[in-house]
Parts: sequence; C-alpha cells; structure tokens
Amino acid sequence: MIKEKKPSTASLETVVVRFVGDSGDGMQFTGTQFSDTSAMFGNDVATFPNYPSEIRAPQGSLYGVSGFQVHIGSIEVRTPGDEVDLLVAMNPAGLKTNLYAVKPGHTIIVDVDAFTRKNLEKAEYDNNPLEDGSLENYRVIEVAMTTLTKEALKDVEGLDNKSIVRSKNMFALGMVYWMYNRSTEHTIEFLNKKFSAKPHLIEANTKVLNAGLFFAETLELIPNSYNILPAKMVSGTYRIIMGNTATAWGFLAAAEKSGLELFLGSYPITPASDILHELVKHKHFGVKTFQAEDEIAGISSAIGAAFAGDLAITTTSGPGLALKGEALGLAMMLELPLVVVNVQRGGPSTGLPTKTEQSDLLQAMYGRNGESPVIVIAASTPANCFNYAYMAAKLALEHMTPVILLTDGYIANGSAPWKIQSVNDMPEIKSKIIKTVDDNWSPYRRDNETLARDWAVPGNAGLEHRVGGLEKDFLTGNVSYVPENHELMTKTRAEKIKRVENHIPLLQPEFADEGDLLVIGWGGTYGALHTAVKQLHDEGYKNIGFAHFNYINPLPKNTEEMLNRFKKIVVCELNNGQFVNILRMNFNRCGFLQYNKIQGLPFGNKELIKKFKELVA
Amino acid sequence: METSVKKYTFKDFASDQEVRWCPGCDDYVILRSMQKALPEMGVKKEDVVFISGIGCSSRFPYYMETYGMHGIHGRAPAIATGVKLANQDLSVWVITGDGDSLAIGGNHFIHVLRRNIDLNIILFNNKIYGLTKGQFSPTSLVGQKTKSSPYGNTQPPFSAGELAIGAQARFFARIAGNNPKDMTQIFIEAHKFKGTSLIEVLQNCVIFNDGCYTSYTDKEVKDDKQIFLEHGKPMIFGRNRDKGLILNGLRLEVVNIGKNGITGEDILVHDAHEKDPTLHQMLIRLQDPIVTGIIRSCKDVTLEEREDALTAQVKSDSSFSKTDDLFFSGETYAIK
Ligand SMILES: Cc1ncc(C[n+]2csc(CCOP(=O)(O)OP(=O)(O)O)c2C)c(N)n1
Ligand code: SF4
Repeated sequence: MIKEKKPSTASLETVVVRFVGDSGDGMQFTGTQFSDTSAMFGNDVATFPNYPSEIRAPQGSLYGVSGFQVHIGSIEVRTPGDEVDLLVAMNPAGLKTNLYAVKPGHTIIVDVDAFTRKNLEKAEYDNNPLEDGSLENYRVIEVAMTTLTKEALKDVEGLDNKSIVRSKNMFALGMVYWMYNRSTEHTIEFLNKKFSAKPHLIEANTKVLNAGLFFAETLELIPNSYNILPAKMVSGTYRIIMGNTATAWGFLAAAEKSGLELFLGSYPITPASDILHELVKHKHFGVKTFQAEDEIAGISSAIGAAFAGDLAITTTSGPGLALKGEALGLAMMLELPLVVVNVQRGGPSTGLPTKTEQSDLLQAMYGRNGESPVIVIAASTPANCFNYAYMAAKLALEHMTPVILLTDGYIANGSAPWKIQSVNDMPEIKSKIIKTVDDNWSPYRRDNETLARDWAVPGNAGLEHRVGGLEKDFLTGNVSYVPENHELMTKTRAEKIKRVENHIPLLQPEFADEGDLLVIGWGGTYGALHTAVKQLHDEGYKNIGFAHFNYINPLPKNTEEMLNRFKKIVVCELNNGQFVNILRMNFNRCGFLQYNKIQGLPFGNKELIKKFKELVA
Repeated sequence: METSVKKYTFKDFASDQEVRWCPGCDDYVILRSMQKALPEMGVKKEDVVFISGIGCSSRFPYYMETYGMHGIHGRAPAIATGVKLANQDLSVWVITGDGDSLAIGGNHFIHVLRRNIDLNIILFNNKIYGLTKGQFSPTSLVGQKTKSSPYGNTQPPFSAGELAIGAQARFFARIAGNNPKDMTQIFIEAHKFKGTSLIEVLQNCVIFNDGCYTSYTDKEVKDDKQIFLEHGKPMIFGRNRDKGLILNGLRLEVVNIGKNGITGEDILVHDAHEKDPTLHQMLIRLQDPIVTGIIRSCKDVTLEEREDALTAQVKSDSSFSKTDDLFFSGETYAIK
C-alpha cells in the first residue's frame, strides 16, 4: 500500500502520461489501470489507446509499438493531450517513435534491460540513445525493470520465465503510482478479481507493483512526486467509458425507453467493430445482433427489421458506408426509422484505417443517388456518444427517417468519465407505431407538424401495404410516375428533415456571445478546440467565441444569427474543408476562414492557439 | 395461430394494383398460383410478407394484398432476414430473378441458404434480364445471343440448384412456369418447411427469351422430357409411364421399363429427406429429362432456433433486467 506521508509534493493541474512498449508488454492494461485509479481518486481523465494495425507485429519493431496515453486533471480535461509530461518506454522502439511528443525538460522512464544491441538494431538506432547524449534535454530515469522484476519474484512459486518477464509492466505502473501519489488499492483489487483462480499470479503481480512503488520511493533520481487534486465534477455515480461502448449503450437505453426491441445488422470494420462486440453481449435485453455477409446485407437486414417494427441500427466506417449508400436511399424512400453509425477513419478508400479523420461528412450528407436527405448528427466526446446515439434513435423513430450518426476513431476508442444516466431521466421517445387501422389511414399519411408518416408493421390486420424504392404517391405510397407528384415528394422529404430543426437544441456559443473571432468545429474535435479557446480566454482574449456543431442536417435554427455576431469565422476540421462548404452553401455570408489538418492526427493545442492568435492579431 | 384463420379465397390476396407484366409472361402463372396457395396455408393475411429485389419478377409484392417491400437489386434475402429476425411469427417470402439473386445478389443468396433461416425464396429463372431489356444472365447459355452478347454469350452458366445445394440448401424444388397445379402445391410445401426453402421456377420470358424451356415444357414433350419427383415414389416418367431412372455406377441412367429385364422394382425411389446431397445434386444436373418437383427437403435446425436457444441461455444466466442494471454494474465510483 502507498505510504501516507510524502516528502516535497508538488501540485499540478494536469499531467499527461504515455506508456509505450511492445504489443505484448501490457501497455493498454497499464494505462487503463492508471486512468481508472485516477478517475476513482476524483480526477477528470481522458485516454487514448494507439496500437499497431498489424495484429502481431514482430517484437521490438518500430511499427509494433503499442501505446496508451492518459491525461488526468484537477480541472476538466477534454482531450488525451498532445504533449507528454511523462513517457514510460519499455523498449528502444517505443522511445524512438514517441520521443517527439515529450515536452523538453520532462521525464522519460526506460527499462534499460531492453536496450540491448538487438533491440537497438530493430529500432534502427545507430547508437544507444541512453549513451550518446541525444536525450540530454530530458530527465531520463533508467531502471533495470526486467532484472528488478525477476528479483522481486524469485521466491514466488509456480511462475515460468515468460510470466515473470511479462509482469514488468506492473513495475512501471508502481513507479508511476508513486510519482503521482496514487493508491495501488484499485489495481490490487482488480488483480484479485481477474486472477481469482490463479493465486500465484495475484501474488506475483502485486509483488511487482509494490516493488516498483518502493523502488521509486527510494530512488534518488525521482526527487519529488506530484499531486493532482480531485477535479470539481458534478456529483454523481461515474464510470470510465469508451466511445464505442457509450454508443452501444445509448441504443440500449433508447430501445428500453421506446419499448422496442433493438436490432443490429452489421459487418466488422475498424474502428466500428466494438459497437457490435458490445451489443452482442446483451442478448439478455432482447438485443438481436446479426453479423451479415457484408455491409449491404448489414443495412438491408436492418431495413427489414425496421419494416417489421424493431429499433434497427447498422454500424460501420467509411468504406462500409459507401457500400450502404443504395440501401440507405431505399430506407429514406420507405421513410422507415433507421440509425446508421459511421465511426470515421482516415480515407479515402481503405485510407488510414486506424487513424482519425472527419472526411466522411459529405459522404454522409450526399453519398446517395438522387435527392436523398437524411438527418446527420455527430458526437463529440467519448461520453456523449451515449447521448447522441440515444438522440439518433429518438429522431429516427419520431421523424420516421434514417439518421446517420458520425463519430470517429479518436472518440470511439478514447475513454473518459461518464456520469451514469439512468434511463428514467432520459427524454421520452414516442415511436410512430400504429397497430390498428382508422378510417383515413393511408401508408404515407403524415403528421402535420413533423411530416413523419405512421409506422404500420406486419402482423396487424387492416394495415397491409406495400412499400418500395420506386417513387410513391403522396398519400397511398403506391408507385407513381406522375411528374408533379415526384416534385412534391422530393420537396416533402426535404422539408421533413428541415423541420427536425424544431426538435433539436439551439447552438450555444461558449466564451463569447459576440466578438472578433468565432471558432467553429463539429464532432470529435470538440475537446481540442474547446481547450485551445479556453486557454486563450484565460489569457485574456475575451473576443473569441467557440461554437461546436453536433447537429449538421438540419443545422440548429439560430446558426445564421449566431454567425452574424462575429467579425471573423474560422471553421476547423480534420479534412480538406467539408463542413465549411455546408455553411457556405447555407448562409449568404462571405469570409468563412478554414483551418484544416489532414494527417490522420487530432488537432494539437499549440497549432490551434497559434492560428487563433494570428486571426485576432 | 393457424387455427383461428378465416377462410380466404385467392381474391383476398389480390391487391388493387394493375398487374403490368407482358401478356403471356409466366409471372402471371406464378402470381395466381401463390394467390391460390395462400388460402390453403392457414396463415393470416396480415402475417404474410413478400420481399423482393429488382427485376420484372420483383414487382410481385405490389400485386399481393399482404405486407410487402420492393427492395433493391439483389438484396431481398438480407432484407427478409431482418424481417424474420424481428418477428418470427411472420411468413416471409422472397421474390427474386436469376439476375437479381445469382448475379448482383449472389453473396446474399448463398449466405441465406447457409444460415437456414425460415424463409421461402421463389427464384423466377428466365435465363435473361427482363426488366433491363434482354441482356444475358448468369443462367444464360454459352453462345446465346442477347442484347449484350450479339455474337453469343461467352460466360458459362450457373445451375441455381447446384449452387444452392453447394450453399447447403435444405429445401430445393424446381417447377415449370406453365404448371400452376404442382406449383401451388410446392408453395404450400415450402411454407410448411421450417428453414430456407428455395423454389426455382422455369419461367418463360415471352419478350426476350421466348421458348427457352419449350423443349421441356411444351405439351407434346413435357411427359418425356420432365420427371416430376415425389418423396417415396419411384422416379418414373414418360407419356406411357414406361421410363425411369436407375443408378449406374456414379451416373444416373434413363431406362425403359420392360426392356432388357428392367422392372419397376429396379427404378430409384425418391428420398427428398436424405441428408447427403449427392444424389440430389445428380438429379439437379440431369438434362434429359430434367427433374422437377421437390428434389430436396431435409429438416435441420434453423437460425432462429439457434438464436432463441442462445438468448434464453444468456437471459437465464444474467442478473440484468433493465439497462440501468448494466450501467451501474462493475467498476463505478462516486463523486460527491
Ligand atoms: C444496383 C442496380 N444495378 C442495376 C440495376 C438494373 N437492373 C434492374 S433489374 C436487372 C436485372 C433483372 O434480371 P432478373 O433478376 O433476371 O429479373 P427479370 O427482370 O428477368 O425478372 C438489372 C440489371 C438496378 N436496378 N440496380
Ligand atoms: S420482359 Fe419478360 S419477364 Fe419481364 S414481364 Fe415481359 S415477359 Fe415477363
């Protein structure tokens, strides 16, 4: 257990720690433990895992490095952070590929035992960086972690050499716990549960964890430790949640609230597969999951399930959405509720499958034949994936239309504290399902206000009807080639989506209501943009406002009015300028500026601040 | 569910939409046979759903006074799978053409058969693309001249039945498009079969491939060129019921009963329930005569049965009854 008293403890507001090593080094586990422990201590946290796209990359290779970054704070943290205060590198490849992110003057902990000639060669080092002076701008702490781990475990019985070496990640974790004044309690509890059937592994891991902690305490190379006080967070029950899990849970909540059964038709694709993996676990809630033969079958099965009365969803990433395009057009014509999740990754084509980007926006808006409007919304944090999944389902069911929910690899794989929301507290969902026929029922009869049609499902007598992708008569839904009817239907379908603006929240700019510069973002860049504008605000720039869009089609009703309150507008996106063109198309106002990054990487704090300062100079 | 069903007539299943196939098209025969079969099945009208792809045949759902969806090209099996998984009480029918299910929808076609979900698929095989006005299809013959093969088709054809059995079809029937009586009966049998049933209708397209089956289906020749199989009955055919099939080594052979010492006893007896598909495959491949009727019908576990059993298991093992139980389970912590 951790000691109560500490010498010289400095308080920090936030800290970013990155653990890197071989795929087999347990870095994801180590990072998760550190972030969970910090969250339970009361910190705000944001994490981002980053692993190789190769499944089993060769040990020690540069492209086989697996990393996990944790940002913890006594203030709100909204991103996993772009610069690192502490890098824990289990091998030379990890050091080489991550050194760029470490703030000069800050700390690097390495396992010196891993800096063998062979490993240095694999990492393509000509000289040992620990010896050639190339790290003199950092505080490097060299620890013989493998040796010390072996030493700590020499009395534990029943361990083979492989398990011994494997537990050295616990040594690193112990050191980091000491540095940031964290208790080992949570991790020990976790180990007890995880290895309840293998007591020797509990003993071994606990021993190594403590060994790392004690070692750090006695080590003169770590002169002080840091405290990150609990953050001021809204009181409540929390858990750490990943974006994809939150998305899946949002749908579970919506199904329960609407009284419908949840159906997922899907085909695996990175980084969306985890939504399928999560939902398939919950058959006890009556969730039906169907892993189809391809994306087209995935969405088609969901359309069938929607026709038959389920809350139907399909999940995918860009290339999969491309395949789903034709079926999505059908769902739009049928005016059936359907949610399509696109966890965006770097495109085009197979592109950068494990990297993040926002370049599927126009695909979501227009990637179908004919005039085919659907609702498009975007989540912006790992935790609010829950709310937007829920809203996507609510809008689909209440407006009888497909909804595309955009997330991205960055928020889908990242995790953050989620204040648990009880289904009781979620907004009502009133589906348009009808079970009995009335005198003037007709398959395409619409609600006057929303223009949504009724949802008559098979199994109910008197409501028998046929739908299809051919243009339909305005009322009966029968096939109609009447020219005026097609125009009327096209306009009605567009108007139906437009009217959703009456059912979504208005935009609330943050930091300034009016001023010299409005920073605009959408989707997963929220954290980075918010952090940058807040920092400027705190520095005294009270003339910069920030508006983040979660609703894209339709846009919030007050968008134009809000744009007009600022002199300059800069639209920041991880693409070549897609949302900015939607704004240009919708609002008759010139001078939308752009800040775009297309590197498969999130926005960095420094680059944003520099840009915004330039714009208000 | 089937006991309280009111007595329908075929008229109850005809929608108010004008049927718009070319005069003389076999599609009319199939439509009428279905409208006659449904009242015999004992299902309620509101429990019947027709799902189609795109093609002439796929207009079918519009003409049925039931629930229906005219989908997109090739995807009807996938749409129907969703319908069935959402509501297992429905009687779900897939209407498709040879282009629809063997070309663009080939992938869905094989996978729906593999899974054995309780659907009925009617494949209108006219060996041509009708709706797009006469291009060759995956069942057109080599050398066949069509709009897209003016010098003769160079792509060898699929046999729908062979492909289906390769994909583990448990029920496969074939019927001539001009044989409404047996067709009606086969539809009823398909409905009764729990699992995916596939019925290939040899459908004449009077406009683009007229006569493609006449050598089997013309009144004058059909008794000698078609053998209609029934489970448990010997494989006898011919105008005078004097021909039959025997197994000679690894080949089916046509023999004349009463010649060369062959008696009725020597003729193969049809076993549609046999799990091993070898003989069924041989029957499907036979060219002279061709085989019609229910060639294969062997019961197997359906996808929904497997899914239901699993769900029941997971439910009984789980302590969660509402989503809040999940949300508040595991590692949570309080902030005051
Ligand atoms: C995605 C797509 N590709 C192509 C078409 C054009 N198309 C419509 S029906 C058809 C072929 C239909 O042939 P078949 O399935 O044999 O049906 P039939 O018309 O002969 O009944 C084609 C190619 C389409 N509607 N959609
Ligand atoms: S084109 Fe052929 S298949 Fe289509 S309706 Fe006419 S005859 Fe029938």
